[in-house]
Amino acid sequence: MAAVMPAPARSRLFLSGNEAVARAVWESGCRVAAAYPGTPSTEMLEEISGYPDIYAEWSVNEKVSLEVAIGAAYAGSRAFCAMKHVGMNVASDALMTLTLTGVIGGLVIAIADDVGLSSSQNEQDSRFWGRFAHLPMFEPADSQEAYEMTKAAFDLSERFQCPVILRLTTRICHVKALVTVGERSAHAAAGFKKDVARWVMTPAGAGRRIPLMFEREKALRGEAEDSVLNFVTEGADKRVGFVTSGPATMHVRESFPDAPVLKLGFSCPLPLERIRTFAATVDKLVVAEEVEPLIEMELKANGIACLGKDILPRQGELAPHVLKPAIAKLLGEPVPQNLAAPTAVFPRPPTMCVACPHLGVYYTLSQLKNITISGDIGCYTLGAGHPWNALDTTISMGASMGIAMGLDKGRGDSDKDKRILAVIGDSTFMHMGMQGLLDIVYNKGNVTVLLLDNRAVGMTGGQNNPGNGRDLYGNPAPRVDFAKLVESLGVKPERIHVVDPYLLPVLFKTIREETKIPEVSVIITNQPCVLVDDYKQQQPFKVIDDKCTGCGNCVEVGCPAIHVMRREKAIKPSGKEVELQFVQIETAACTGCGLCVQPCAPDAIVKVAAGEPVSILKRH
Amino acid sequence: MEQQATNILVVGIGGQGVMTATEILAEAAIALGNDAKKTEVAGMAQRGGVVSSHLRFGPKVLSPQITAGTADLLLAFEAAEALRWCHMLRPGGLVLMNTAKLVPPVVNIGLYDYPADPVAEIRSHGYQVRAFDAQAIAMELGEIKLGNTVMLGALGDHLPFPAEVLLEAIVKRFSARKPQLVELNRRAFEAGRAAAKAASAERIAA
Repeated sequence: MAAVMPAPARSRLFLSGNEAVARAVWESGCRVAAAYPGTPSTEMLEEISGYPDIYAEWSVNEKVSLEVAIGAAYAGSRAFCAMKHVGMNVASDALMTLTLTGVIGGLVIAIADDVGLSSSQNEQDSRFWGRFAHLPMFEPADSQEAYEMTKAAFDLSERFQCPVILRLTTRICHVKALVTVGERSAHAAAGFKKDVARWVMTPAGAGRRIPLMFEREKALRGEAEDSVLNFVTEGADKRVGFVTSGPATMHVRESFPDAPVLKLGFSCPLPLERIRTFAATVDKLVVAEEVEPLIEMELKANGIACLGKDILPRQGELAPHVLKPAIAKLLGEPVPQNLAAPTAVFPRPPTMCVACPHLGVYYTLSQLKNITISGDIGCYTLGAGHPWNALDTTISMGASMGIAMGLDKGRGDSDKDKRILAVIGDSTFMHMGMQGLLDIVYNKGNVTVLLLDNRAVGMTGGQNNPGNGRDLYGNPAPRVDFAKLVESLGVKPERIHVVDPYLLPVLFKTIREETKIPEVSVIITNQPCVLVDDYKQQQPFKVIDDKCTGCGNCVEVGCPAIHVMRREKAIKPSGKEVELQFVQIETAACTGCGLCVQPCAPDAIVKVAAGEPVSILKRH
Repeated sequence: MEQQATNILVVGIGGQGVMTATEILAEAAIALGNDAKKTEVAGMAQRGGVVSSHLRFGPKVLSPQITAGTADLLLAFEAAEALRWCHMLRPGGLVLMNTAKLVPPVVNIGLYDYPADPVAEIRSHGYQVRAFDAQAIAMELGEIKLGNTVMLGALGDHLPFPAEVLLEAIVKRFSARKPQLVELNRRAFEAGRAAAKAASAERIAA
């Protein structure tokens, strides 16, 4: 993204939480920002790259991005790092000792939780990190707060010389609301000052800094007690008072406009005395927090009576339709009923795109027998779904490698003849997969690795990465040669194949042969994601009606441009009843990859002639 | 008691322009001095998944989410999606819907059926329906991407503010990004507006 002139101060802008944070990062004079893409956090760095006077990068993983930000903060620059919740699991090795060294330049770490699981493998609560690492944490409830708290976080970070965690959720990151923005103030780098006792964390050095961390935490608690980020919205109905944080605050205020609400923006360390005072003004105290009972447990441990997860769910968002019945029940009032139940309609799970290069891979895998496929995180996780059903495990970034190794070494008798495959994308491989492959090579595992190089971080929107030769700004960057890389990790040259995933016979033959050889192989596919500029669309295909025999082979490719227009029952010569599926291709959607042509026995699929109009299928 | 917010739910499938349409609606509401919040769950929407975009506007908006049974209007870019989301409407609320059907692979491979008559089923729940083929209208104008402007046009006469304010927001957006498309979008907007009106008349005639 090219830098453009930022909107002037005092503009009232309609910004998502991510955009609001990016604006505040720029206004705060931050000089270095780093991240690895991950829903719902991705847009923060994308937006930052549009501002002038700030260096931004896509790092190869969240740990590296945090380390880049730490280095910049050690050098006295203001620095920023963003990640999704699971990203902090990767980065936490750095975080847990960073809390001992602290920083010079302000360092803000934005962690975006996916409460409600819009696009994640778990729903873990990142607020634990504040407690675990003894670091201050801010929790905005909308875009304006996200903007203000980011600026306040930089100031607090510099004052206490420690990083500040900004905890967001999907319902902050991806909600647009009005934000009044301000001026930018530049912050020059203070410069790195050699201080071995502080920057080199040996056991002796760390031992001396642990007490300082606890002193700092005590001072921060005092700061939270007085912070303007914690405030009460008065209410006349004192039967229930709420302690809230994050987006749950808005849901509470929406649902119970007359109830007193203590909103915690500076929520860690917890301002206990402030809460104790508030609790004394209401009959019952209810903690509304997403998702774990962190505040609640701390209040109970400190003798402040409250309700929380005993009446509210410990999973998902605390939206009004969740809060209202729970509180009505607590007050002994009639529980509001849902006016209408949703109508049952077929599910519409995410699918792979028309002409996606992964389609060829999963079609091929779905035709192979006696295999176990260890999968990974990206668009290709969709291979677990219909019609392929060709992915057997997914847990965390890069895990396809180690899990495949374990599936190999931990074989039971029933798996004796199983071939073990691992499927991983280019970006995930560079993020955390390389080490796993090295482990397979080093420990002589029998795994066939499919490295799906589509030259993009596909699932999060096609971001650049070290595999496609472009940086965050779209500028040329050195490009990883995957074949050379895996060879240098120790994979034998004759076990490395670079294959075009649109050539089904070659792909099928290569995978089948490599799975038979009892050592590690790497098959690299080499066609780009259809959503990035590298992809070149071709003349579409169409189905000749008279020629389609209804065999349904093309349907098994799983391309969303292929539609079954008519079904018929037929009796095979063997006497077996089969369902025929007569198809059409939506020519307006087809980009001519040619995958469906290959399994079509009657040659019913042909190129649309040049100049012939394309059409949308009519379904009435 | 604060004045209630207006709740509009816009639904469809990833790639149809649902989120952009809602954003333009929000811009129109904001231009009139309203507070506004827009939210959607669309993590994997680019992969053909369901997109539902909530817009709430009024003097002051707190929660960005529309609670089931409280939406004033449902703008549905696809027939089955209109059916999926109609319970979000307040009783007797209005659905403005595209009759075009986008059939997902799970239906193509025979795992599920596409509802036989979404319009009738929505009506049977007591909601008002204005149904029209936005896809066909867009194709007649020569560009399927105009579908979302057609949909916004259909909404034009059902908002708590004049249709012209919404049209102005569309024109403003295209003037800044693709000035050559302003005129075509104006036509798409008017075509959508006319289609919603005609759908209503047909219903009365029937």
